[in-house]
Amino acid sequence: MRYLPKSEADRREMLAACGLESVEGLYASLPEDVLLKRPLAIEPGKSEYEITRYFRERGEANANGYASFLGAGAYHHYRPVLVDVVVSRGEFLTSYTPYQAEISQGTLTTIFEFQTMICQLTGMEVANASMYDGSTATPEAAQMARRITRRDGVAVARTLHPEYRAVLETYARSQGMKIAEFGYDAGSGASDLEDLERKVDKDTAAVILQTPSFFGMVEDVKQAAAIARRQGALLVVVFTEAVSLGLLAPPEDADIVIGELQSFAIPPSYGGPYAGIIATKEKHMRQLPGRLVGQTTDSRGNRAFCLTLSTREQHIRREKATSNICTNQALIALMATVFMTVYGKQGLRELAEQNLAKAHYLAGLARRRFSGPFFNEFVAVGAPPGEVNRRLLERRIVGGLPLGRFYPELDDCLLLCATEMSRREDMDAVGEALRGR
Amino acid sequence: MYPDNYRYSKEHEWIVVDGEIATIGITDYAQQELGDIVYVDLPRPGDSVAAGKSMGSVESVKAVSDVYSPVTGEVVESNAALTDSPEKVNQDPHGEAWMVKVKLFAPDEVNSLMTVADYKEYLAGKE
Amino acid sequence: MIRKVRSHVSQNESLLFELSAPGKVAYQLPELDVPPVDAAAALGAANVRDEVAGFPEVSEVEAIRHFTRLSTHNYAIDYGMYPLGSCTMKYNPRINEAVARTEGLAWAHPYQPEALSQGAMDVLAKVEDALVEITGMDAVTLQPAAGAHGELTGLLLIRAALEAQGNPRQTVLIPDSAHGTNPATVTTAGYVVRNIASNDRGMVDLAALERDVDENVAALMVTNPNTLGVFEGNITRICEILHARGAMVYMDGANMNALTGITRPGDFGVDVMHLNLHKTFSTPHGGGGPGAGPVAVKKRLEPFLPLPRLRRAAEAWTWDYDRPQSIGRVRAFYGNFGVLVRALAYIMAHGGEGLRRATLDAILNANYIRKKLEPYYDLPHKAPVMHECVFSDDRQSARGVRTGDIAKRLIDYGFHPYTVSFPLIVHGALMIEPTETESKQEIDLFVDALISIAKEVEEDPELVKAAPHNTRVSRIDEVTAARKPILRWRP
Repeated sequence: MRYLPKSEADRREMLAACGLESVEGLYASLPEDVLLKRPLAIEPGKSEYEITRYFRERGEANANGYASFLGAGAYHHYRPVLVDVVVSRGEFLTSYTPYQAEISQGTLTTIFEFQTMICQLTGMEVANASMYDGSTATPEAAQMARRITRRDGVAVARTLHPEYRAVLETYARSQGMKIAEFGYDAGSGASDLEDLERKVDKDTAAVILQTPSFFGMVEDVKQAAAIARRQGALLVVVFTEAVSLGLLAPPEDADIVIGELQSFAIPPSYGGPYAGIIATKEKHMRQLPGRLVGQTTDSRGNRAFCLTLSTREQHIRREKATSNICTNQALIALMATVFMTVYGKQGLRELAEQNLAKAHYLAGLARRRFSGPFFNEFVAVGAPPGEVNRRLLERRIVGGLPLGRFYPELDDCLLLCATEMSRREDMDAVGEALRGR
Repeated sequence: MYPDNYRYSKEHEWIVVDGEIATIGITDYAQQELGDIVYVDLPRPGDSVAAGKSMGSVESVKAVSDVYSPVTGEVVESNAALTDSPEKVNQDPHGEAWMVKVKLFAPDEVNSLMTVADYKEYLAGKE
Repeated sequence: MIRKVRSHVSQNESLLFELSAPGKVAYQLPELDVPPVDAAAALGAANVRDEVAGFPEVSEVEAIRHFTRLSTHNYAIDYGMYPLGSCTMKYNPRINEAVARTEGLAWAHPYQPEALSQGAMDVLAKVEDALVEITGMDAVTLQPAAGAHGELTGLLLIRAALEAQGNPRQTVLIPDSAHGTNPATVTTAGYVVRNIASNDRGMVDLAALERDVDENVAALMVTNPNTLGVFEGNITRICEILHARGAMVYMDGANMNALTGITRPGDFGVDVMHLNLHKTFSTPHGGGGPGAGPVAVKKRLEPFLPLPRLRRAAEAWTWDYDRPQSIGRVRAFYGNFGVLVRALAYIMAHGGEGLRRATLDAILNANYIRKKLEPYYDLPHKAPVMHECVFSDDRQSARGVRTGDIAKRLIDYGFHPYTVSFPLIVHGALMIEPTETESKQEIDLFVDALISIAKEVEEDPELVKAAPHNTRVSRIDEVTAARKPILRWRP
């Protein structure tokens, strides 16, 4: 086995040093009746060539070389080459959580930069070192709001990503959290803030609103914040399309911002691993879940970084921790950090403007279901969704997401997304398919 | 070191009563055991506290310890200065670093706590 | 003498924000092939932001140097042994990284049609099958994103199953040697923790367990081998005690690297468990993630597994959402697919026999280290160990040197420290897990280093207490970091 760096002589010598005659002696403490008496039924070890071939064939059995207009929480954006150059470095790839600060300054510094950039983008004052993903950040934010307000309920937009809502429901059942949903306006597609007003009361800990919403609509964060505040609830703003932050006003009126960074050079990878964020105002910093990196000095006065405020976490506070989270997504967050560095102040805006332009071009070829402002996704109606997608597949294009699966009332609609990687001729093809051609 | 007019608990809190209001903090012994205090989490005014029950916590870099209320009552004030300067607990535990002021439900309760002589004897027994 | 390292110059590096200057760029976008859109007109002026103040403005060469220089400030498995107990820091094969970047897999969108996702689904099925075989359980969900997420999923499954019988119960028992995630998870799952004391061998005390299990107990969460590296020899009996009172056994699979190919939790009575693929199956730790925490269950819990489930329909794989008893979703999409790809590559490279061989080498390394260091460090628990060993700093603390100091001194010798002060049941613990991917030469260097430090403690304790001496930053002021948190850069 090529990963085992021992000769048979080494093994014999080490066994002898342990006073053992055979390898069986190594597990002599196990009761006889628990021992596995046969080899594991897993094929014999394979060469690199065989392994590569297996995965290449699996990759070929998937969509390969298709244009895609899917968004809905996972987006096709270009990945700068630098990203893989950096995350492939063994120093980042093969290190552990940076508990030993003296030999982890590389990881700690990049996380500090990450936390800073997330604050700059979201208009919040503190951000943690990342969450598993946007969906699991949702119940974490709800729990955080419940701790801060000492209230139980949450009011959730129906246009929050349906799978995020489903995750929230799973957590809520065991945590005694009451969930109320508020709807969307059938004309504009924006959240129905009058309905929100009806759903928020003195037991509401948080209002959870996604912008751009699952339908791609830009929501009125300021108004939602005012409604929440009137009842003493917090506003949690969610994003799934991080590129939008290059152009859209930061959700400064929120109390907590969570989101998914997949758009920042994280491969769609059939749904994961991604990286979520959670950011908030300084006054709520001690209620954040997960890792935080802080700046300090070493004993010689040099600037240095370390994990801090650890007493919030499970390894110290155990059953009273703010969350059971242990892992963050450091390597994935590093992809996002490199992405933000490469695009930078000017590039992220230009990238967002290209997305806006492409999506509006595509929308110009389609009939939009809703009238409100949108970023790079929108809901289209036209020929039946199944038929549109079937026609597009013939032209090696993966069309949009049929919405009936999540919103029965929209079963004649497709959610379409265009990014800087969408080509004009493919968009023209989508337009034709929507018109039944 | 330990003021004569204070009473002390086995969990190393001190309490001093003025009328129906008691002021509570942790003792010098407690702050020494905990090491560098980095954060103090206290109940809010209006919260009720119960004798022998946790009412907050003090944190060092790698540990959290409960602060137990020696008496039952309602919090009327907590020491906001400790939020920004937790090091005061290390510097002046019996004075500036008081933690909460509590309106007592049963002022007699204090009499069941240790006097300074009792507490010193109690500490001697720990060594 | 320090044989492994000598001092090395690494370059200072400013933060990105300090390197930035207006107008520098590291990107170029393709030419826009559609008409530009005025953002204020399309979105409303109030919805459009000003520039992102403070955001980086650097060139490509500065960007690559920045991250490369910072990388050299890290220690990593690629540099040498990383004996963090309970973390299983083993070699990360690069073929795993290569195959995870396969075009059709890395760029697969989670909502692309099932007909165009059969390759990815096939990979998932193969991972499920391998994990079922390795654990001896009946079914696996691959969705949990990390170990703690797996723990939560497992407890929610137990809750759902008990609820289906009429009573979810209130309490979960946890040995005092457990990882902090266990009690934190119990609370997250809406249960109450009851700690149970270990016996003098560091194992679950059967008599205490008999006493503590009542009709309020939903489950016992047990780590096996436990955090001392000791196999719970009574595990079969432990499971029987819980089962006899209608409760279940959750096994924390963090230490599965000690068992793979030798014994299977499913065969000794465990009802539900998670695996840490970033530990046992060597998907890299990446400085703290991503991981993956698949959960394996016995048949009775299978109906409750999270949505969706992979199902074979006719000639193709499909996602099954029609599962009325499911606990629901635990995350969006289908799990950390890219991590699962790496784990499968690891399993394929080893094969059944290779996995067992790896386990045996891991146990051999831990026992060899224990034997070599026993004359120099206090060994509080004498029970035979599996993949890790735990010493205490009793002898060194008599000279004022604590486990944390010894750990920092180890850095000067060119090693990453072991796990410090855990498990909590050992006072001043040094928890050492070498894993199987260390050569005898590297292990001997490590042993020599710890022996040398033990001697330094005798001769010059201050040298050890002030360590590390050869790192680019010296001991870090964590107190000020926590008292006056600075969590972001400001101009």
